[in-house]
Amino acid sequence: MKPLVPISNSARVALGVLFFVLFLTAWAYATLGGYVSKTFLADPLTMVEEGWLLLTKHGFLFDIAITIWRVVGGFVLAALVAVPVGILMGAYKPIEAFFEPFVSFARYLPASAFIPLLILWAGLGELQKVLVIFIGSVFQIVLMVAVTVSSVRRDLVEAAMTLGARDRGILARVLIPASAPDIAEILRLVLGWAWTYVIVAELIGSSSGIGHMIIDSQALLATGQIIFGIIVIGVIGLISDFLFKWGNRRLFPWSLA
Amino acid sequence: MSKLVIESVSRIFPGLRRSVPTKALEPISLEVAENDFVTILGPSGCGKSTLLRLVAGLDRPTTGRILLDGTPVAGAGPDRGMVFQSYTLFPWLTVADNVAFGLREKGVPAARRAAVVSEWIERVGLVGFEHHYPKQLSGGMQQRTAIARALANDPAILLLDEPFGALDNQTRALMQELLLGIWERERKTVLFVTHDIEEAIFLASRVVVMTARPGRIKAEVLIELPHPRHYTIKTSAEFSTLKARLTEEIRVEAVLAAERLTPAHAGRPSSPPA
Repeated sequence: MKPLVPISNSARVALGVLFFVLFLTAWAYATLGGYVSKTFLADPLTMVEEGWLLLTKHGFLFDIAITIWRVVGGFVLAALVAVPVGILMGAYKPIEAFFEPFVSFARYLPASAFIPLLILWAGLGELQKVLVIFIGSVFQIVLMVAVTVSSVRRDLVEAAMTLGARDRGILARVLIPASAPDIAEILRLVLGWAWTYVIVAELIGSSSGIGHMIIDSQALLATGQIIFGIIVIGVIGLISDFLFKWGNRRLFPWSLA
Repeated sequence: MSKLVIESVSRIFPGLRRSVPTKALEPISLEVAENDFVTILGPSGCGKSTLLRLVAGLDRPTTGRILLDGTPVAGAGPDRGMVFQSYTLFPWLTVADNVAFGLREKGVPAARRAAVVSEWIERVGLVGFEHHYPKQLSGGMQQRTAIARALANDPAILLLDEPFGALDNQTRALMQELLLGIWERERKTVLFVTHDIEEAIFLASRVVVMTARPGRIKAEVLIELPHPRHYTIKTSAEFSTLKARLTEEIRVEAVLAAERLTPAHAGRPSSPPA
């Protein structure tokens, strides 16, 4: 191995798969070999079996759907509010001065700590779950978008000014298109965080969703189900990440060309 | 009548914290006639780019004023087109959309816009690259697009800030011929900043030499080489005489500028006691 020397595509895929194989092997060895008690950790075969039962007999697909709905709902609401605010903050310094101190403070407020309060305010319904995700995402998006927009290359702005662009034109036809790929990247990142908030929200006072299934399984000591639930979350995250990357490549070919 | 009038314009950058302010430009007066091609020649850091930015309206003079067609300059505007040394094409727009940018801001109808754009793309020799993104172009092609973008807007004066500074020698020579060819046909008023003596002579009808910082005008040299100029003129006796003269003028300033950077003097004004 030499520093920074690239490897072939097939080698990359093989190495990536290899780790999954090793991980599974170690897990199977520890559980099927009897080194770890079944009570604490289910073996891979039991996990798959229980997962299949969950999907076919216990309506787990509905739980998955409702969790995705909550994440997407809260995340889209947060993005609808945060992206415009972030763009305005990045472009106009008075707006930044107005919002920035509060947003910087608010982003350190842990979304999960709001859950008891949100239950008081919004009950145990969907609104409460969506609000947890909203609070967890909105401040992060605002700040990161503001930084991205304010760091657009000055010389591009100046070039636009010498071409006759005025305030609106600079915002709409320089600042926004220049930072669009980075904004998409920010959304991809924050969507990943939103997944952790939804599970936390579902662990407390919920009657559906992947998180609720996990807490139910804990009561039944069904570790296979818990692990299956966690793996499902990982797979969904991977898929959404892939979709985002694919979309960004399609939308912003100029940033990669 | 003078197209551009620069009246005792100076620029002092305020010092950061308690350091001494930097005098970038001593009061400078300069006039550029309609259809003239003036090059400003000076060593690095002499304030020539600062002067150009003041004319463009991207910066404000500390004293003095700048008039274009008799109107004082206040802020950047489409009447003063600019080509920068750094590559400033909008990376999300194709070559054609970059060239169309100023026309779009002006609200020129699409059909008229397309006609102007294709005309300029042809003049700078980029036919076939209309739908390329800037990242797919070489440095020389990017600067050609930048020139087309500035000129498609039909500015009253074209400002160029060392536009070929980052290009290799061969490309630079070709770009000079391209720009000169355009000027010989269009007779735009041009103000061109460079530190390259040959470039300054080859392009200009007048070379303005600036001193080391703080920048002042040290000399003005009329270049009476005939037009159209061919690149072979660079080897003529007349050209060599001009080059020798300007080399002398600029060398003294370069030496001065370099001396200010030696350790004995470096940092003196800009590092206050902590």
